[in-house]
Formats: sequence, C-alpha cells, structure tokens
Amino acid sequence: MKFFHLIWSNLKRKKLRTSLTLLSIVVAFVLFGFLSSIQQALVGGVAMAGADRLIVRHKVSIIQLLPESYKARMERIPGVTLATHQTWFGGIYQDPKNFFMQNPVVPEEFLAMHPELVLSPEQKEAWLKTRTGAIVGRKTADRFHWKIGDKVPIQSTIWSTAAGNRTWEFDIVGIYDGEKKGTDTTPLFFRYDYFDEARQPGAKGLVGWYTIRVKDPAQAVEVAKLVDQEFENSAAETKTEPEGAFVQAWASQIGNIVLIVAAILGAVFFTILLVTGNTMAQAVRERTGELGVLKAIGFTNGQIVGLVLAESCLLTVLGGILGLGLAWLVISRGDPTSGLLPMFFFPTRDLLIGLGLSAALGLVTGIFPALQAMRLRVADALRRM
Amino acid sequence: MNENQSNNGALVRVENVGKIFHRGSEDIHVLADLHLQVPAGEFLALMGPSGSGKTTLLNLIGGLDRPTKGSVVVAGERIDQLSDRTLAAWRARHVGFVFQLYNLMPVLTAERNVELPLLLTHLSKADRKKHVDAALAMVGLSHRAKHYPRTLSGGEQQRAGIARGIVTDPTLLLCDEPTGDLDRKAGNEILDLLQALNREHGKTIIMVTHDPHASARASRTVYLDKGQLSNEPVK
Ligand SMILES: Nc1ncnc2c1ncn2[C@@H]1O[C@H](COP(=O)(O)OP(=O)(O)O)[C@@H](O)[C@H]1O
Ligand SMILES: [Mg+2]
Repeated sequence: MKFFHLIWSNLKRKKLRTSLTLLSIVVAFVLFGFLSSIQQALVGGVAMAGADRLIVRHKVSIIQLLPESYKARMERIPGVTLATHQTWFGGIYQDPKNFFMQNPVVPEEFLAMHPELVLSPEQKEAWLKTRTGAIVGRKTADRFHWKIGDKVPIQSTIWSTAAGNRTWEFDIVGIYDGEKKGTDTTPLFFRYDYFDEARQPGAKGLVGWYTIRVKDPAQAVEVAKLVDQEFENSAAETKTEPEGAFVQAWASQIGNIVLIVAAILGAVFFTILLVTGNTMAQAVRERTGELGVLKAIGFTNGQIVGLVLAESCLLTVLGGILGLGLAWLVISRGDPTSGLLPMFFFPTRDLLIGLGLSAALGLVTGIFPALQAMRLRVADALRRM
Repeated sequence: MNENQSNNGALVRVENVGKIFHRGSEDIHVLADLHLQVPAGEFLALMGPSGSGKTTLLNLIGGLDRPTKGSVVVAGERIDQLSDRTLAAWRARHVGFVFQLYNLMPVLTAERNVELPLLLTHLSKADRKKHVDAALAMVGLSHRAKHYPRTLSGGEQQRAGIARGIVTDPTLLLCDEPTGDLDRKAGNEILDLLQALNREHGKTIIMVTHDPHASARASRTVYLDKGQLSNEPVK
C-alpha cells in the first residue's frame, strides 16, 4: 500500500492529540472486552443449556429438598426418558473465596444426562469402582493443581457426616473437559451413594433437584406440566422448567448489572465517536491547503476520501486492536472474582465484533471530514495554504 | 509533438475566455474575452497588478478551475470540458505546479514530497526512487533528500517544490510567483534553475511574477490588466 506512509505521517502530525484519541479508543475497547466476557459468563449458560432437559425443583424454592423416590415416578411419566438428581453441597476448599460447585450425583445416569462433559472411559470406570471417587472439571483441576489420585478435603457448609464431621474427603479419579468452549468445567461431582450413606440419618433420601430428559423437546412444556401434576398435593410439590430458563433465572439476578454496564459502554462509545470525530474534523480543517496541493497534483476526489477514511480507520482499528488485545490478555488469566464467573473468557465472536466495531467507528468518524475534504474546490483550497 | 502540430504549434491555447466569480450577490469579472497561445518550449512570464487575475488564469490553464466562457486547449485536448475525475488524471499526467509558498507537506521529507505525484502512477517503488533521485539531482537538492521542509531554507524548499513539479516529466510547468517569497540571491538561483529546465530540458514554463528581474529571464512576457492580456506593460 504505497499511500500508507502518507497516511501514517498525517496521523503522527499532532502526536499528543493522536495519542490521547488513541488512548480513549483503547480504553473503550478494553471496557468492551470485559463487558462481553462478563455478559458471556452470566448468560452463556443459557445458550449451553440442553433443549431437551428440564429442571425439577421444589415449588417453594431451590433450597427445599425433594425425595429421592421421585425419580422412579418421573421416569414413568410419558415423554420422560431419564431422570437424575443433584444436591447442593455448598463446600469450601481451603478458603471461602475459592468458590466452585460440588454436587453429589449418580455417576452413570448423570454422565448419560450430560454428554457435554467429556470423561475418558477409563476414568469413568474408575469412578464407578471408587465409592469416594470424584470427578472435577479441567478448570478447577488446573486452578488447584489437582491430579488423578489426589485426596481433596472439602468442608461443607450444609452437610455433616453421621459422625458430626463437616469435612468430606474425596479421591480425584477423573478430570473432565467441556465439549464446547462455553461448557462450565469448574464443578466437582462425587458419588451420591457415598454421600447419602455418610450423612446424618435425618437427611437421608433427600436430594436438591432433578434433571429430566424429554423424548421430544417440542413437548417439553406439556411434559413439565405432567411432572408438576404428578406431585401436586404431595408434601413436596414441584416446579418444572426448561434448563435454559433455570439458568436464566440465575443469570437475571445479575442481569441488571449487564444492562447498566451496557449503558455505560454505550455512553463511552458515543463519547469516543465525538472525540475521534473531532480529531478527524480538525485534522482535515487544518490541512485544507495541503489537500488542495494533493488535488492539484492529480489526486481524485475518490482518492482524497480514501486517504481521510484510511486515516480515521487506521486510528480506530489500531486503538481497537490494542484495546481488545489488552482485554484479551487480562481476561485470559481467568475469572477475576475467583469463582463467581466460572465461564469467564473472551468469546471469539465478540472479539470479531469488536474489530468490526473499531472499523465502523473509523468509517463513521471519518466520513464527514472526508466528504468535506472532497468538496473543497482546488483553487479555493490552494488560496488557504 | 504531433499534438502540438495539430494545434498550430501552440501547446496552450486559451480562446475567448471569461471568468466571473460570485461573491454573495456580487459578480467579480476577472477575465474577459482573453486570448493566449503558448508554443511548446516557451518560457512565458505573466505579469500584472495584484488582483488582476494572474493566478486565476494559471489555474484555468492548469485545469484547477473552469472558465465561465471560452475554451482552454492544452496539447490538443479541450480541458475545460473534462469531468472532475478525468481532469484530476489529466493534471497528474500533464501539469506540474510550483507555488509561491512552496506548499510542501510538512510531515513528509523532501524526497517523500517529491515522490507524491508518482504515487498516482503505476511505477514500482524502485522506479519511483529513481525518478525522485533524478529530480532532486536536477534541482541540486540530493544532499537534503531526507530533510523535513521546516529544516530547509526557503530556496531549498522551492527547489523541492520544483522537483515535485517536474518529477513526472509533465507537459507544462506552471509557477505562481515562485520567487515571491525569496530574497534576491535565492530568487536568482531559482530563476537560473527554471531557465535551465527550459533551455536544456525543453520544458514549457508559464510563470506568474511581479518581479521584472524574474520576467527578464523569460523568453516572452505578457501583461494582464482589466481582464485582458497585452504585450506591453500597462502605464
Ligand atoms: N474563489 C473566488 N471567489 C471570489 N473571488 C475570487 C476567487 N478567486 C479569486 N477571486 C478574485 O479574483 C480576482 C483575481 O484574483 P487572482 O487571480 O488571485 O489575482 P492575482 O493572482 O493576479 O493577484 C481578485 O479580485 C480575487 O479577489
Ligand atoms: Mg496570485
């Protein structure tokens, strides 16, 4: 691109002004990167939810427990192919800040229910053979440097053993990966039979919630109704929702924050638009005479528009790349809240959107000065050198 | 050369040209029924009082502006009827401009300034460099190639301006008061250079000037006053 030197030189003309403009663009894109990742972390689970899965919880609230015996009754309902349960364990590993989820599950049906969790056959085998065995997601394993064979003690804030002990010990027998990038690989899952036997007698046979699979996702709503009817007027009535809605309910608690940050980001980009637009307008105004010379030399109006647009795009795309790069560097170091945002990463899609946005910013801020430069009549412009 | 012959030997033919500017409701008649013929190889000086329309006439010949009436023919081509786009391309091919205030890009070195018109050609980078070096050598500025305009003297800046004007080997070199901002010594050097370009390289030059010393170097001088040209200075 033989015009690059000219464009670059023009950009460097007012170093301070260009640097300040560039800096504000960088800041805007760092912010953009963070917002995208937080948004993704909050609502990404919704997209990852299985369309054929329903969550059955206690009608009153998620912390009320359901009888283990519901499983068989659910599986008898037409349209349900599988039901399996999980229970909130509320454990702490070393420090309450190290948050991640640990749930007791029934291994075989749990894995069948969640094909998005990828576990090698040998490790699955080991889990089925080891009563105290647990599998943990890659992210948490990496975070605490856990290896297969490690014994990890976890203190439950809810459950104590029959002996009155709150510390439970698990043998890591497997480390699972996510099938997709957005799959949450922070939870630890351990065996329900070990859990149920060891916990205090009064709590036995109670579980947190059920996940059920329906034969036909199109009938999910009817099936959900049938399930709730089945347990109507019993001691533990249920509320059944698609998994997506369940995750959404979690996310919406923080969803307002997303909205607020989005509004802030909107304001920031609007400001950037004005700042960059002003920089470009000034850049064109102060070189009227030079533009006249270029036209006299034989630059066409189209080429003049191209030069100005290229300059504004160079500025904004450079700022975009720096900002997005910086955001990516920081974000790739992982969840800054140590556990609250297990799926915290910079989605590739948003990275591309960011780049597109930076180019669009360049075009929008450059187009009016470019047209102004184009409309300059040569003879008039030369008189203003 | 063919073009010139078909044009009765005149490289530039300005015929019956009028130019009216509008400023608000006021009409400013700058040129009226003006005729001018410039044969190829001539070094023409254009004199006249300030505001008489010298720059306006030069702009018409260089395709920077269009006459209100009449025609401007350069090298056989009627340029006043070309579209903006074609006219820009025509300027790139046929005209070199030299300005009173040099009009160099402050952000580019001398050689980058001289290279500018070549960016509009299909020349490779290496070929562009060859042309730039040759033009700088011709104006005696090779040793200042990498300097920015602000570090050059007025005379040196004008040399760079002339190098930029001739680097594409244009049909016509149009100079608007090229020595107007220089002291006598630097001005003389620039005039020497223009004269050499005319005599040794056969460049056709039209030079607007106020200065009798400058016009004395030209092969012919015409005087502009009240919108008309004459061969005698106006008393
Ligand atoms: N774009 C324009 N609009 C209005 N008036 C103009 C314009 N350009 C030149 N003029 C007027 O035309 C006259 C001739 O200008 P010019 O050609 O620059 O004269 P010179 O070069 O001989 O000093 C002046 O009165 C000038 O004010
Ligand atoms: Mg003038």
